[in-house]
Amino acid sequence: MSSESQSEPIRPIQVLYCQVCTFPLEYCEFGSSLTRCKEWLKESHPALYDKYYSNEALQSKLGTLSLEAQAKLEKDTAEKEAKAEKKADAALKKKMASQVSIKRMERNKRKFVTAIHGLEAFDVELKKASKFLAQKFATGASVTKNAQGQDEIVVQGDVADDVLELIESATGVFKSVPSANVVIVEEKKKKGE
Amino acid sequence: MFHKFSSSTDVTSQTPPKSSVQRSIRAAILSQWKIGVETLEQIWPKKESLIHVKCRNHISIYTIHGEPLFFQESDGPIYPTLRLLHKYPFVLPRVGIDRGAIRFLLSGANMMCPGLTSTGGYLPPPENALPAGTPVAIFAEGKEHAVAVGVTKLGTEEMRKVNKDVGVEVVTHLGDELWSQQTL
Repeated sequence: MSSESQSEPIRPIQVLYCQVCTFPLEYCEFGSSLTRCKEWLKESHPALYDKYYSNEALQSKLGTLSLEAQAKLEKDTAEKEAKAEKKADAALKKKMASQVSIKRMERNKRKFVTAIHGLEAFDVELKKASKFLAQKFATGASVTKNAQGQDEIVVQGDVADDVLELIESATGVFKSVPSANVVIVEEKKKKGE
Repeated sequence: MFHKFSSSTDVTSQTPPKSSVQRSIRAAILSQWKIGVETLEQIWPKKESLIHVKCRNHISIYTIHGEPLFFQESDGPIYPTLRLLHKYPFVLPRVGIDRGAIRFLLSGANMMCPGLTSTGGYLPPPENALPAGTPVAIFAEGKEHAVAVGVTKLGTEEMRKVNKDVGVEVVTHLGDELWSQQTL
């Protein structure tokens, strides 16, 4: 093999990956979303669907496994699938329940900074968002870690109301944030930030 | 190796290594893998600079344009990522596991000898026996593409003899955290 590869590069094999579970097609059956994988494949690549899920294919797949083991495997897969679905549901619910808080913090007597926390739960890219805010308000804005070690956007100046408005308008980077989940939080104790 | 891994917490730095270091990586890959200069050139063109992504536990991942290609643990052997292995399956010697073991492999278990020595499994013939500590591509019974990258814990002949306990340690497998990191 090495002698022929000296003169000519070997072309890569293009593997078709499942769009649902990202595995190569033949491994969908071991993933946690087999039914959805099957649907997707049937729609986008009907020929391949026949190759992997027709009766003969299923028969030959049994291979060395006993029927019992096969039945158990199928049961396990179904269970796994249900579990994964539940998990995804829970994650979505949690996401919808999470809140974005906008906080005004006193920095130096008359000077304020505004901290926006919780945007990452809605798939907002913090770095991009901070840049956008900095440009919008013509101030400095950065992504910093707060006392709990979580990332938040800190914008210079008291812009809490403007940010709220901006997020509620649901444009640009904040498209995916539902406005009901955004709150302005009053700072209780002073922080030396 | 990639049981718990997320780019936000486990990546400490991303830097392009010096060109001399890149040269030594290239040489190491050429000597460790069954790959020609031209084919490697195709994966990793000379003009492109690797990015060295340093992670916790002395794991280094090398990426080009954000796509992970190789990784290694401290100074250990260099492994291809599974996506790269799918494209060039010949770079590592292959072993096979039977169908019953796929399920466990996909949840991250190491491969036990019986799964490799049974009828569904595959071990290289005695004349091409692999010593312990060799990176291998793990294929599965009835499947066309590799399912994991591993490193042998025992020599292949020893596996046949002992036929017990861990034969191949899984380094990265389908669906692990490295697999889900399509870009870094």
